Amino acid sequence: MFSILEKCFKKSIWVYHTNASACNGCDIEIINALTPFYDAERFGIKLVGSPRHADALLVTGAVSRQVCPRLKILYESVPDPKLIFAIGSCATGGGIWFDSYNVVGGVDKVMPVDFYIPGCPPRPEAILFGVAVALGLVDKKVAAEYLREKGFSELIEQGQPATENE
Amino acid sequence: MFISKLKQALICLKAGRVTLPYPYKPSPPPEGFRGKLKVDIDKCVGCAGCANVCPPGAIEVIDFDTGWRRMQFHLTRCISCGRCEEVCPEKAVTLTDQFELSTNTKEDLTVAIEVYMDTCQRCARCFKPQHPLDKMMVTGFRK
Ligand code: SF4
Ligand code: SF4
Ligand code: SF4
Repeated sequence: MFSILEKCFKKSIWVYHTNASACNGCDIEIINALTPFYDAERFGIKLVGSPRHADALLVTGAVSRQVCPRLKILYESVPDPKLIFAIGSCATGGGIWFDSYNVVGGVDKVMPVDFYIPGCPPRPEAILFGVAVALGLVDKKVAAEYLREKGFSELIEQGQPATENE
Repeated sequence: MFISKLKQALICLKAGRVTLPYPYKPSPPPEGFRGKLKVDIDKCVGCAGCANVCPPGAIEVIDFDTGWRRMQFHLTRCISCGRCEEVCPEKAVTLTDQFELSTNTKEDLTVAIEVYMDTCQRCARCFKPQHPLDKMMVTGFRK
């Protein structure tokens, strides 16, 4: 997937920022990432005013039912190939409103998402990191974790007293 | 107007370079930052107190018939509020300062743990002693 991305997005990525019923926390962080202090324009990331000029869509918020059809229209008006970033816990998994009656619960229920940037809100550095992952500059740093406590039989096998943690 | 532009240029020159060299150099978060959570499997007693208080219900508890309890931390909707860290009686769950969680699949954002729970001999459900002292008295509360 990353090699395709490198081919399609050789040049600067222009982004369009969408607020799909976010609380504005994530939006502020996106704006923050575009300020000279964090300077996303170093990587050619530029905010554009129309989805028709954009290569990537930055979506925040847990897509409410009202905004859902508009978001679909927006998705279709971005020319192919496009990148979709879900920014914030709300956009990745619904966040604190995941089972609320008026939200769809996550951007991936409406359109295919390419990159998830969780956090409430994510730091501007985290957003830059997400974009750097998308551009293939750095590798992602998380993986699914699975931890299992030693069972009774495994403890006996090892010769440890079973009541160790009692 | 020309003078004001010159003044601006002077201010800019004085400030020097302000841009953070972030992706090339690490930028550690400030003290007390709450990022990705970490669970210490050796300390967790499977009390599910964290799941009770988690505001977005990011902690899913699944009980198996075999006495194992599986707890899934969905970092996709974890808001890093730190409530789980606060209530955990064993201090098993802590929030680290890792914030670089971007990924291209949602599966990367789960932490699953499995702990062995003892069950009541009559109703076959996991039980909860009234007092921490009772917990220590009950033989085989957790083997
Ligand atoms: S993830 Fe947090 S900061 Fe971002 S929109 Fe949702 S509630 Fe607001
Ligand atoms: S930090 Fe908050 S949202 Fe995240 S798992 Fe703990 S209680 Fe739930
Ligand atoms: S992490 Fe702490 S609060 Fe959660 S189940 Fe384990 S011991 Fe209980």
